[in-house]
Amino acid sequence: MSITVRIPTQLRSLTGGAGEIGVEGETVGDVLRALEIEHPGLNERLFDESGKLRRFVNVFLAEEDVRFLDGLETKVVTGQVVSVVPAVAGG
Amino acid sequence: MEATLSLIEGLQCRECGRKYPAEALHVCEFCFGPLEVVYDYEQIASRLSRESISTGPATIWRYKELLPVDDESPVDLGAGFTPLKRAERLGNELGLSDLWIKDDTRNPTGSFKDRVVSVALTKARQLGFKIAACASTGNLANSVAAHAARAGLESYVFIPSNLEQAKIVTTAVYGGHLVAVNGNYDDVNRLCAELASEELTWAFVNLNVRPYYAEGSKTLAFEVAEQLGWIAPDHVVVPIASGSQLTKIQKGFNELAKVGLLDGDPNVRISGAQAKGCAPVANAFAAGSDHIRPVKPDTIAKSLAIGNPADGEYALEAVRSSGGAIESVTDDEIIEGIKLLASTEGVFAETAGGVTIACLAKLAASKVIRSDEKVVAFVTGHGLKTVEALAPTSGPTITIEATLEAFEKAIANEKRG
Repeated sequence: MSITVRIPTQLRSLTGGAGEIGVEGETVGDVLRALEIEHPGLNERLFDESGKLRRFVNVFLAEEDVRFLDGLETKVVTGQVVSVVPAVAGG
Repeated sequence: MEATLSLIEGLQCRECGRKYPAEALHVCEFCFGPLEVVYDYEQIASRLSRESISTGPATIWRYKELLPVDDESPVDLGAGFTPLKRAERLGNELGLSDLWIKDDTRNPTGSFKDRVVSVALTKARQLGFKIAACASTGNLANSVAAHAARAGLESYVFIPSNLEQAKIVTTAVYGGHLVAVNGNYDDVNRLCAELASEELTWAFVNLNVRPYYAEGSKTLAFEVAEQLGWIAPDHVVVPIASGSQLTKIQKGFNELAKVGLLDGDPNVRISGAQAKGCAPVANAFAAGSDHIRPVKPDTIAKSLAIGNPADGEYALEAVRSSGGAIESVTDDEIIEGIKLLASTEGVFAETAGGVTIACLAKLAASKVIRSDEKVVAFVTGHGLKTVEALAPTSGPTITIEATLEAFEKAIANEKRG
């Protein structure tokens, strides 16, 4: 499946400034891990030592927080957009 | 020269400790953890005293040494130094002998958000930003639009389209751009988080200037301590949305001790208040979990309707380590809380204040709050912002024709019950 991943400012130093990257994968986890191939260093930023998403990394598939779906196991289909977004304070 | 030494050392990641300069950054580039302002407390202690504070303005800026921006003329509508009221009648109702209400409905735009926005926009202007922006559940929207107008900044305010009418009008009136988004607050927040990566010339108060913004909430603790005669209360009850305010109130008391303005350690027990329709932090507390599971909000307390609270885990830690608790209440209990506060103390709170009072009542009933503790409940927004919530159950007690006879008859009927 061909998926677009949106990259936040904080990680663009690792993508040569690119805000969107196309990758292949069957699940959200596959897609995020695939970023590492062309952009080494990205995975360390997204995942902790045990392979879980870092506490302050939010991932959305088509506008929905993947924690409301099947997390990293959530299936993706061609054309969908995965967004990586830092957690934010509000009110 | 001592007078020109900065009191701020920079920013530091709360998670991994990496250091950054005091610029428009809010997230650690390495681990995405939140950045916090680092102060030089020794310098601050040498410059600050109870006396020097007492001669300052009756606003948050009387504590400017403990705020993260040094500016002779801050972006200021007069936020802060709101009344701390002894609440005897409410205390009697709840069985609390030393209860106080921090009445933050009395801020320029009617909520505590004026504290954080005054700090955020002062810093944003200093950093050279010309446009202020925010994602908001309403109170922040009011405050950003108003302070931006005051400062001559352009503003972009993003709100969920189902927001209370009053909060829409009281934002729009200041003349900035008001963008209503079809979705809930968490959707608006995600949109703004993505926008912040594209609009680098905008100061998003709760995104790229958030480390400065959040510090404004410390002034709630500073004021309470000063207004109690430079002592910390035994117990505070604070509403939880993102969790930032609660953690900053704890930080505020700790800082006062650190710079020598309090005698000894503050030892304040901190309890949190949420609506059952959006209680991710209360749920984690009840489950004994360190991990917050996001929820989809469904509550009349829209200003607390953050399903994915960024500082939720820090709030949980602050509550647990201080020996407090987190309660949650239903929409009906929120309305009862608003009416109880209004009818006993003459203070009209918005739905978030209803959450605080209803949770206070539960914590008192379950003896989590001891009857002799010095307790401060934070009422952080004005009731006129959420009149819709009260309208179905609040109206005239009698409706009559304009004659004496009609009045006397109605009163007699009312007395008969």
